[in-house]
Amino acid sequence: MKYESQAIAKLYFIAAIALFVGQILFGLIMGLQYVIGDFLFPEIPFNIARMVHTNLLIVWLLFGFMGSAYYLVPEESERELYAPWLAKLMFWVFLIAGAMTIVGYLSMSYAALAEVTMNDLLPTMGREFLEQPTITKMGIVIVALAFLYNIGMTVLTGRKTVITLVLLTGLVGLAVFFLFSFYNPDNIVLDKYFWWWVVHLWVEGVWELILASMLAYVLIKVTGVDREVIEKWLYIIIAMALISGLVGTGHHFFWIGTPDYWQWLGSIFSALEPIPFFMMTLFAFNVVNKRRRDHPNKAAVLWALGTAVMAFLGAGVWGFLHTLAPINYYTHGTQITAAHGHMAFYGAYVMVNLTMISYAMPIMRGNKANNAAAQVIEMWSFWLMTIAMVFITLFLTGAGILQVYLQRYSENPLPFMATQEKITLFYWLREAAGVVFLIGLCLYIASFFVKGKEVVIAD
Amino acid sequence: MRETFTKGMARNIYYGGGIFFFLVLIGLTVDTVVNIPKTDNSENMTEQVAAGKRLWERNDCIGCHSLLGEGAYFAPELGNVYTRFGKNTDAIKGFIMSRPKDGIPGRRSMPQFNFTPDELEALAQFLKYVDGVKTARNWPPNDQG
Repeated sequence: MKYESQAIAKLYFIAAIALFVGQILFGLIMGLQYVIGDFLFPEIPFNIARMVHTNLLIVWLLFGFMGSAYYLVPEESERELYAPWLAKLMFWVFLIAGAMTIVGYLSMSYAALAEVTMNDLLPTMGREFLEQPTITKMGIVIVALAFLYNIGMTVLTGRKTVITLVLLTGLVGLAVFFLFSFYNPDNIVLDKYFWWWVVHLWVEGVWELILASMLAYVLIKVTGVDREVIEKWLYIIIAMALISGLVGTGHHFFWIGTPDYWQWLGSIFSALEPIPFFMMTLFAFNVVNKRRRDHPNKAAVLWALGTAVMAFLGAGVWGFLHTLAPINYYTHGTQITAAHGHMAFYGAYVMVNLTMISYAMPIMRGNKANNAAAQVIEMWSFWLMTIAMVFITLFLTGAGILQVYLQRYSENPLPFMATQEKITLFYWLREAAGVVFLIGLCLYIASFFVKGKEVVIAD
Repeated sequence: MRETFTKGMARNIYYGGGIFFFLVLIGLTVDTVVNIPKTDNSENMTEQVAAGKRLWERNDCIGCHSLLGEGAYFAPELGNVYTRFGKNTDAIKGFIMSRPKDGIPGRRSMPQFNFTPDELEALAQFLKYVDGVKTARNWPPNDQG
């Protein structure tokens, strides 16, 4: 670690992993509610478990992004962080606000939470992924602004690299598009249209810039490949991400009362969306093959390659499966969507954060890489979580295909609940795969505590 | 990558492509917002419908149901529930009112929200309004949602 202030990332990474555990536990609760409908009812209804599951995911990914930025920006900029105290303060603000929001979800009815947080003054609650009380949303904006100020000043007063500039663009976009979460018109079509300006332009837009720059940083570090080569790849990957992904937003505008031309535009541009992910796979394998050094942190290299492959499969392939309008007509809002969502989030954003944590954590703990035994456990956790996620996705895809057939495609369509009962087996299998994922996550955490023969390597 | 393709070219594609397609998205958005009144059923927008939407949000209905295909997939699609219930708001209200407080053993069940008659009416009117949104190809594919 070259700069002292990089160590702030450790706080963020520890919080990220802790929230990740919470996310998975609530995922298992929801998975069980799919097959045992009254599990924990009425104490934790499905919608509450779901908002905890998805909001914890979003918050821990944001913790991961912020921690990664605090780690890599000083090193890239060749200077200490502009205001380390602000980064520490914002950590606690964000953690406490996040924890209070989750406690709010679990300790009272959602309507009561809306009441005590005075949602009526500026109603923004009760929309998918944007369930946070309005005051929490304002807190997120404050944290994001303080974070951007800190990172921005560090970048702009230090050495500017392509990685930091791309990262900064992505982070600014993240903050700007979040502002659409405060726009909630009575008109349901407008509401839905601009809701996607947060959701799509985050995960299929600016987050891809953050992902690509994080991956590029780790690949420079672990392969020693010339920065010029990596920066060229980075530019072309994110160029394709924006060229396909911006108008690709249209694949969400097929069936919500928006004009018909979105069927063509959305289909064509979103069909291009796998390209940046495919290039990311080529990029990662290419630079690892051309590596100029064998970095002792084998686990970090595995995570980096895993990110590239799984992001392509989850976001690219599983996205393409149902993105063309004539197919989406049948699959929209079924378990096919859930299947895609799971592997895309895991493959792209979960894995890139774990890549960064895997690379940076040992260095912040005083060694270039973990001992061999710890790395073996970490690699086991990689395979268990990744394979479990592949099976979660396959089982949900199976469930989704049957659901589409029984409920929408066959001669005599069945009602929703009758269809659900016929596909229970797939939900049980998904739950079993979820348990394997949890085992993988436990091993992941254990890998931080495994003692072995330490090989001290100066960074 | 080949040397003929320089980092400068890659950078220009990024900035040029990114800015160009963002402007395209903004242009299409303007056109969409201008044209939405043809399909968004806003002629039937009332105070009651708006109140129903707030109620829908305040109880996080989207956390189990989908609405025009968006939301959770744990409970039935409600964008066309008005049609599915025989274009009868009383049937919708009756269903919501009749949910048992402690759920149904072993099965998924909607919570009992104890809505007032006014709230029930607002919610039913909101669902009727969404049902009136003209979706492309009349999505969903059939009444089952």
